[in-house]
Parts: sequence; structure tokens; C-alpha cells
Amino acid sequence: MNKVIEVENLTRTFGHFKAVDNISFNVEKGEIFGFLGANGAGKTTAIKMLTGILEPTSGKGKVAGFDIITERNKLKYKIGYMSQKFSLYEDLTLKENIGFYGGIYGLRKREIAERTKKMIARLQLGDIENTLIAEIPLGWKQKIAFSVATLHHPDIVFLDEPTSGVDPITRRQFWDLIYQAADEGITVFVTTHYMDEAEYCDRISMMVRGKIAAMGTLDELLHKHAAKDMDEVFLKLARQ
Amino acid sequence: MHLQMIEIKNISKSYSEIKALDNIALHIEEGKLFGLIGPDGAGKTTLFRILTTLLIPDRGTATLMNLDTVTDYKKIRRQIGYMPGRFSLYSDLSVQENLEFFAQVFNTTIESNFEMIRDIYVLLEPFKKRKARDLSGGMKQKLALCCALIHKPKILFLDEPTFGVDPVSRKEFWDNLKKLQKTDNITTVVSTPYMDEAALCDEVALIQKGKILAVDTPGNISKKFSHKLFEVKTNNNYKTLLFLRKMDRIHSAFMFGNSIHLTLNNANEVTGLTTELTANNFEFSIKNIEPNIEDTFMELMQKE
Repeated sequence: MNKVIEVENLTRTFGHFKAVDNISFNVEKGEIFGFLGANGAGKTTAIKMLTGILEPTSGKGKVAGFDIITERNKLKYKIGYMSQKFSLYEDLTLKENIGFYGGIYGLRKREIAERTKKMIARLQLGDIENTLIAEIPLGWKQKIAFSVATLHHPDIVFLDEPTSGVDPITRRQFWDLIYQAADEGITVFVTTHYMDEAEYCDRISMMVRGKIAAMGTLDELLHKHAAKDMDEVFLKLARQ
Repeated sequence: MHLQMIEIKNISKSYSEIKALDNIALHIEEGKLFGLIGPDGAGKTTLFRILTTLLIPDRGTATLMNLDTVTDYKKIRRQIGYMPGRFSLYSDLSVQENLEFFAQVFNTTIESNFEMIRDIYVLLEPFKKRKARDLSGGMKQKLALCCALIHKPKILFLDEPTFGVDPVSRKEFWDNLKKLQKTDNITTVVSTPYMDEAALCDEVALIQKGKILAVDTPGNISKKFSHKLFEVKTNNNYKTLLFLRKMDRIHSAFMFGNSIHLTLNNANEVTGLTTELTANNFEFSIKNIEPNIEDTFMELMQKE
């Protein structure tokens, strides 16, 4: 299976409003896929359908080999998700958070212990493994949240504005984690309002008013829209 | 000769053991658009709360228009507008009701200061009967700005007004700020985690972990960068970056969009670098570039 996301004519309406309007696209295994769009363009609705939280009004799709309508529960074990707004439990320690999510994703006790150890070593967080998440700086929290979202070795991880508000060095360290995950074969589906980050993606798509207005590699998009960077592409497309 | 609107002298504030602000000093002149640039947890919101008289510092003093933030707080509150970071309007009131409410609190009417908010209000007008909670992010932000301006403040405080906002809405918001500055000579203090927005301010303070790293015009901030900066473009930036990081001659190497920005321990080693990259079969181009604010921020951060 090389396609981790296959979506055909996906649509979702709320009353008369078409939040997602007939979108079709594929994402390949190990790809870093940037999912851009203005606020209200339909990104969140699309992600909710791809992660099995929201049923489409019409159209179909498969994520990690499972149907997003009929196999929603199986699908959830094969995906990871993290957002800027909610990621970890503030009143649990780092270790407790890892254990909790491991349990949710159906890992065995021994697996959890093993992966916890590995993760803490990899992020060099031995000193704070018993610290409450509330007391850990945001930049670290986001790196931890990413590792927790990939703890169960999902086929694909959805990142919804994972670096908003994070300092520029930590933001880049976060992208190191993304590249490592992609190298290990995990597909990364990421939304961001930082256009430099959009440029780190293998492929970029841009939603405008519920539709995918553009999709391609950075070079393709720059060439097609005669732009010097992604910021310019974004402004041109969103103002159409 | 510009009037000093804001004077901050040696302000410190701690929350239990965490030093949110560590001996901050700043002065801001009348009519300036002043940017407070730094990541989450840098201390931006704490400083805003002190300046808007909502929080008392542990040490130091701050004056706004020569009024002390602790002893003259009542007078200050009538003359400033504050848009907090989290959405702070009444979500179960409509657009119109929110505006009326804030106007009444300040003993004024929407009509008496309408000129000031006209440009922003016309964008909101189609939704004036909609409840605030049902507005999109960009519209909420415009309403919050209108409410902060309704009493024609002399100083406007905006705490991360563009956080989580897409590039198009961000640009519109900054255009509005520029217009306000021009037509009303309002002094604005705005915080943001987006480094590219720093370039739009008259003056900026870079803040990190409760300390000011630098204060200057955006142009002068970039001049504080202490190395010669190179831009490298390749067909596989991540692979190249990993390789570069292992080299002794590299001082720093970071991704910047579709290129890598790097500095060398000795700028003369650039020939050695190109030879080594070529020998390892990298296809690349390299050139000397001017540092931007983000480059400078990152360098100053690492010096701390």
C-alpha cells in the first residue's frame, strides 16, 4: 500500500454552507504533506473527516487502508493526531501522559514501558519525566506531544498548527522530529500559518472556500503562480 | 521632538519561582507602532498586564503619559485600549451589542468615535446581528479591535492579535493598524510571535525568557547579527543540513523555507566548505545574504 490517503469527491455541508466542497487527493507513504488555507477555508472540517470524527455528506475516502465512513474505529488506531490547542494533560506528569496515551492506543504494558524509555532518551527529558506537564515550557510540550502522537507507530500523523507561538529555534527542532518521522515511513499531514514551514513540505495543498485551489511541490506552485515564495502564493490564491 | 508615552523602569515580576519579567526597561514615544516580539512564555502578556494596570510588578515602575500604573490606575484605564490574547468579548452578545456595551462602559457612544473604527466596522456590519461566538476567527479579531478603540484611547495594547490567524487576515490587520497610526496618531504596543511582522513596526523589542534581547528599529536589529550569513540551496535540504551540522567549520545551520541559512566559525572557510560539499556529491548553490530579524533573534537567543 503506497497511498496513505485516498480521497474522492469528499463533501461536507452544514445546512446550506459547503464547508468542504468536492475535494479529491492522494497522499503517499512517508510524504510530508502541507495542508494550507485561510481561517474558515475548510481545513478543520476536512481533517475531522480524514480522522474519522466527522461523517462526510458525500464522497468517499480511505486513510491508512481503512474506509473513513465504515471503518472509523479501526482507522483511529492507525493514525496519530496533535493540535496546538489540546495535546497533553496538564495535571499529569510527562510519564503519566505517555502511559495514558499508550493505553488509549491499545499498547501493552511492556510496550508502553519500552517506548516511554526510548522516547525520554531520544528527547533527553530524563530530568523531567516526573514533572507535571503544566510546568514544562510550551516548546518542549509540543515536541513531547508529537512523540506521544506517534507512540503507537501510526501510518500517518495529523498535525494541526503544531508550532503556533513557538520560538524560532524550537520550531526548527520540531521540524527535525517531523523529518525523522517521515524518514521512518510515517506520513505527515500538517497545517501551519508559517509559510516558511509550508516550504519544508514535500507537497503543499491550498484550500480556498472549501475547494482545493492548488496542489503540488513548492517549485511547481512557485512556477505556476509566478511567485518568489509560498507567502506570495498564499496571498494570491486566498484573494482570488 | 516626540513625547514619551510609556516609560518602563526596571520591572520584575515572578510567579512563585518563575521569573516572568527580569529587570525590564523600555520607553516608547508617542505615535509609534511598537512591537514586542517573542515566543510563548517570553513574558509579553505579563508586561501587557502590568502596563494596563491589571497586575502589580514585584519591583520597578511604569508610567503611561506620566501616570503611574499602580497609583494612577483609574486615570490610565480611561485612556488606553486593550485587546487581550484570548478572545475576551461577550460571546452571547451580538456584534452590535458588544460595541454598545463597551461604549457605555467608557461613557461614550458608538457614533461619537465612529470615524476611528469606520474602516474596520464596515467589514463587520453585514454580521452586526450575529452573536460574537458565531463569528470566524478573523471577524472576532476585528470586533475585538473595534471594542478596544471605541473610547478613542491614546494608547492601544494588542496582545498577540494575529496568533493563529492566516497570512491574508494578518496582512489586513496590519494594514488597519498602520492606518490608525497615520490618521489618529495613536501609540500602539503590539506583541507577536511572528518574526515577519516585526518588520512592520517602527521599533521592536525582542523578548525571551523575561529579558529584552534587543530594542531598535527593525533595520538596525538585523545589523546586530555578528556573523557573515550564507544561504545554501540544494535539492535535498534536510540531508544537507544533517551533513553540515557534523562539520567543525559550521557555526550554525538552520532551515529557512526552501533554503538553509548558515554561518561559519571563520567566514574565509567558505571555499573549504564548497570543496567539501562538492566532494560529497551535493548539488548546491551558496551565496552571501543579509540577515533578517528571525536570523538575528535566533542568534541572540543562543547567546543568552
